[in-house]
Amino acid sequence: MPEITLIEGIRQGMDEELARDERVFVVGEDVGPRGGVFRATMGLFDKYGAGRIIDSPLAELSIVGVGIGAALYGMRPICEVQFADFIHPAFNQIVNEAAKMCYRSKGDWTVPMVIRAPYGGGIGGGLYHSQSVEAFFAHIPGLKVVIPSNPYDAKGLLKSAVRDPGPVIYLEPKKGYRLIKGEVPEGEEILVPIGPARVSRVGQDVTVLAYGMMHHYALQAAEAVAAQGIDAEVVDLRTLYPVDKATVLSSVRKTGKALVVYEDNRTGGYGAEIAALLADEAFTDLDAPVRRLAGPDIPAVPFSHPLQDWFMVDPEKIAQAIRDLAAF
Amino acid sequence: MTLSKEIQLEMYWTMLLARRLDERAWVLHRQGKIAFHISGIGHEAAQVGAAYALRRGTDWWVPYYRDLALMLALGYTPHDFMLALMGKRGEPTSGARQMPSHWSLRSANVVSHSSPVATQTPHAAGIGLGIKMRGDDAVVLTSIGEGSTAQGEWYEGVNWAAIHKLPVIFLVENNIYAISVRQEWQMAVAGVADKAAGLGLPGVAVDGLDVLETQRVVAEAAERARAGEGPTLIEAKVYRLTPHSSDDDDRSYRSREEVETWKAQDPLARYRENLLKKKVLTEAADAEMEQRTRDQVEEAVRLAQEAPFPEVAEAAYPVYAEEARRA
Repeated sequence: MPEITLIEGIRQGMDEELARDERVFVVGEDVGPRGGVFRATMGLFDKYGAGRIIDSPLAELSIVGVGIGAALYGMRPICEVQFADFIHPAFNQIVNEAAKMCYRSKGDWTVPMVIRAPYGGGIGGGLYHSQSVEAFFAHIPGLKVVIPSNPYDAKGLLKSAVRDPGPVIYLEPKKGYRLIKGEVPEGEEILVPIGPARVSRVGQDVTVLAYGMMHHYALQAAEAVAAQGIDAEVVDLRTLYPVDKATVLSSVRKTGKALVVYEDNRTGGYGAEIAALLADEAFTDLDAPVRRLAGPDIPAVPFSHPLQDWFMVDPEKIAQAIRDLAAF
Repeated sequence: MTLSKEIQLEMYWTMLLARRLDERAWVLHRQGKIAFHISGIGHEAAQVGAAYALRRGTDWWVPYYRDLALMLALGYTPHDFMLALMGKRGEPTSGARQMPSHWSLRSANVVSHSSPVATQTPHAAGIGLGIKMRGDDAVVLTSIGEGSTAQGEWYEGVNWAAIHKLPVIFLVENNIYAISVRQEWQMAVAGVADKAAGLGLPGVAVDGLDVLETQRVVAEAAERARAGEGPTLIEAKVYRLTPHSSDDDDRSYRSREEVETWKAQDPLARYRENLLKKKVLTEAADAEMEQRTRDQVEEAVRLAQEAPFPEVAEAAYPVYAEEARRA
């Protein structure tokens, strides 16, 4: 089984869906001959042509807004926003239009589309190439929000997102694009359903709930504390909205301790909702307070490396948080 | 293309019906029977002219909230409108989830729109892109007020259509006011049509109080679109004869004299005179049509008043397309 990178999983997913369904097309900045600034669309322009791999004007709301129109007409757009930090001009189109279309037309109009955006810090990107935006969209009924943490899920979730009858926000942990590798079988259809979380490491003492790059780090941290006799369970949420409550609750009911890890600002971040869910529905199963490990409440990730490192959650910080929680 | 007498009368009927419905909505509001109405009085010629320039059933529409006359031309009914005003069960555009005059009619290719202005413009470009990708023989028309052309979303949508030569008609119903703010505080150019030069598409201004002239100009734009020559920006110059909505008081921002001057150019009265002069319409036929519109409007009011409100359980669905069958 070949080992591929996370970004190659995304590329393969798009390639296969483009080949399968002629309604599928890709639109975004530099996605054409350039193959995307991160190379997620490498080779697709040569294979599918300018008619289906469309370089957009430098205007993010139009990428999403035009995608919505095409979806209303029956197409299946994959809209690439170059960095999640640049998705904010399209917020109105995503939140007021794509998310509400089905409800406001009593199901007469639906918007089957994927909005892809690389997110997250740790890559020297400063305030505007490092943001985590998942909490904004995981607040919005009508949207689905997914974040893969490995190449297999990247491919399988992308393909499921393209086939979904509504709008899916597909956020990509860009630090992991080439850092995270994994085996992905060739020659078989890989579809990872939108919805289910996955217990990626079975343990008894503490549950670590994470997604994206933080999930990758959480697995490393779990191995590190294992040497010290702490048996951590790790849950990869994968779909943030709607969240897989059953998997989250059953893990925490077993271990009695929960650490929620996210790299966004702490306050109002996505992990706060997981903590609230546990407080509501797992209170009597808890042996310790639910802990959140997240970025500090400053506007965004600073550029200079020591400052960035201070902001970012990393495997060592996660390991320390697991140890603290295990000792409670 | 000369329009047949039957078509000219049908256009008149649609304008007349829109006017009487709109007037009835104002009365219902003043009687405390409805909560809100947004008016299109004065816009009827521009809308009906546009509707009769395209092919119903084939072409696509992305309208805005003032387009009652346009919607009636596309198959929306007085009963539908009254259900919307009263928020009653069976309202066909949104199941009474949206405020009145937020159109959608899947069967007529009329796309649902929201309240934040100009959000629909990129949608029209996207529909145009879909038409072009599939090689279909359709055109999409999107309408908007002139104030909304200040939005970035408007420019971005028009820019897309111009770059890709998409079969889109951007109809701007310029009534001079963005609620209370006059055009000169919305744009530095003399008219919306002038904006086209900066975006690389033809911009045409038309007397939007003249239904036949509007029909001719929009039909030309549709021909261009179908020939693969790309989009057209059409500025239909109109005047809103009523306040913006039932919550507005236009006496705070424009004089009664100004409104009276424009009332003298009422597009409905003007078209009526035109048809009488051409003997397409007779006084007797006009009186009969007046009676018929009033009967239809009153019947619609009665049916809507008798109709039940939606079941509260309906409010929970359909958030996702998978639930659409529950609606």
